[in-house]
Amino acid sequence: MGNLVSWARSPWGESVLIHISWDLFWAALVGGLLFLLAHGGYMLFSQHQKRDASEVDRLEAERKGLPANITRHGFVARMFHWVMAFSMLTLLFTAFLPIVGVKFAWVYWHWMAGILLTASVMFHIVHATFVLDFWSIWVGPKDIPEFKNEMMRDMGQEIPGTPKPGKYPLGNRLYHLAVVVAGMFVIGTGIVMMWRVRTGLVERNPYLFADTTWGLTYVTHGLMGVGFVGLVIAHIYFALRPEKLWVTKAMIFGTITRREYLEHHDPDRWVADK
Amino acid sequence: MPPIRDVMPAFELFQPANVGDALGILDRHGADAWVMAGGMDTFDWLKDRIKKPKVVVDLGNISELRGIKDAAGGLEIGALTTLTTVANDPLVKERFPLLAAAALIVASPQIRNQATVGGNVSQDARCWYYRAGWPCYRAGGNICYADTPTSINREHAIFNADRCVAVNPSDTAPALIALDAEFVIKRGSAERVVPAREFFVGPGIDITKLTVLQPGDLLTAIRIPATWAGKEHYFEKVRDRQVWDFALVNIAASLNMSGTTISDVRMVVNGVSAEPYRLDAVEAAIKGKPRDKATAEMAAELAVQGAVPLRHNAYKIPLVKALVKRAIRGEAEWATS
Repeated sequence: MGNLVSWARSPWGESVLIHISWDLFWAALVGGLLFLLAHGGYMLFSQHQKRDASEVDRLEAERKGLPANITRHGFVARMFHWVMAFSMLTLLFTAFLPIVGVKFAWVYWHWMAGILLTASVMFHIVHATFVLDFWSIWVGPKDIPEFKNEMMRDMGQEIPGTPKPGKYPLGNRLYHLAVVVAGMFVIGTGIVMMWRVRTGLVERNPYLFADTTWGLTYVTHGLMGVGFVGLVIAHIYFALRPEKLWVTKAMIFGTITRREYLEHHDPDRWVADK
Repeated sequence: MPPIRDVMPAFELFQPANVGDALGILDRHGADAWVMAGGMDTFDWLKDRIKKPKVVVDLGNISELRGIKDAAGGLEIGALTTLTTVANDPLVKERFPLLAAAALIVASPQIRNQATVGGNVSQDARCWYYRAGWPCYRAGGNICYADTPTSINREHAIFNADRCVAVNPSDTAPALIALDAEFVIKRGSAERVVPAREFFVGPGIDITKLTVLQPGDLLTAIRIPATWAGKEHYFEKVRDRQVWDFALVNIAASLNMSGTTISDVRMVVNGVSAEPYRLDAVEAAIKGKPRDKATAEMAAELAVQGAVPLRHNAYKIPLVKALVKRAIRGEAEWATS
């Protein structure tokens, strides 16, 4: 732990946490890139199984009443995603570029992007609660069979039929869970850190918390921040993978084809609009 | 444990005789090396044991870093030239009395005999919270002890504070910016020339440094072009103790006059932000204006736009205004108009 965080001695002679070691940023960056290489290599050389085309043909024949294109993400949901992506990338670049030697006045842009992220997440919570199917993105014990099947497919076994996911594949839901946890911590700590800098929004008050609490706040913010380095690398990587491009296109254009719908989703768990 | 005063920590001392050797040592030891010129900043840090470098590189034996020479109507001043030499040099006094005035008013005669012009522009912040070794932003921590509701921050920044509110304490820095000087920095076999204004950095860019100097860098000379030689200059410093003190605020100005009209101007104040604060808006506004009371009044108002005082330093706002007015009217002892 001593090497993962920085300590200092306060004016009162106490050891206080200051922030994480910036080596953790490099660890997250290298770890994310190694994961990318490892997964890419595995997918290239493994016996990863796709669903048999005949299975999807049969499903298409059974459900001819479905439209050719099915809405996966409405305009508002897509806007939220891209606003959040913009703010998250701005936050990461403003936080970590100075650490790698690109010097600029980053604090202003960082907290501005943080406010944008916070506002977009608050909007998303309301939107998801009252407009979208709130529970469709969460994971729970009921998803274990689906997880098992996905793992078996990844290891080259043929697993026909259900269980298939509803609107969001298991990978989406697990990623969302990780982002929710890291995001809530990074936003919560980021908001109170606004009291340490001059923003014009709140009256600066460095004595809002005791030194120990501030130290934990900075360390938590840093840990979640470097965590997002890995998460964002993984997200962009999967978004660009050939077999996932249909998901990425849906986040741009909003729709997926009927065949993609039937191949990747359980129509009984996610009932498409007709 | 409180700082141990007047007891030097152990370090390896190098006293190179030439620039090449000094650069070699700095390259070899990187961030472990501490560059010492006159020692006026260094010894505080070391004796208080706030900074504990493994290696100290004493430049005192490098004669090639001393002296002032003509450079196409301008001057090249070795970084190790003492402030006394700068203040008394006939060429400096003739061409750039602004710089001579600034150097002459630094600290005390004893200090000026030892302190160097390179050290004066490169010295660290004098914020006492920082110099006491507290883990503030500038020391790599996450708080500014000088910017709290109960801080003693009479001498701190009113402009461009970004978490840290320390100010640049140099007297020669604003003068050199007002003269469009350039700083020659060597590193290994490479040399780069940095405009004086860009030599200094604010906390938004790098909260732990006041200058662009990095480990391995050596400031070797300061070049002043002929541009402002023989033009009208102004320097004034306001301090608590007239015999020996850092500036609460100082101002340096170079003016090129066409009759009674200001055709070009440089105006810089220091002691108000972490980097010498060039009054760009004032310069733009008074170009082409007569050097009179109305221009001075207008410039003074413009100079303090954006100032954000702390609890105890709001007095710096009228002080800056007064100095700007006096600079334009040329009212100080050091005015050359």
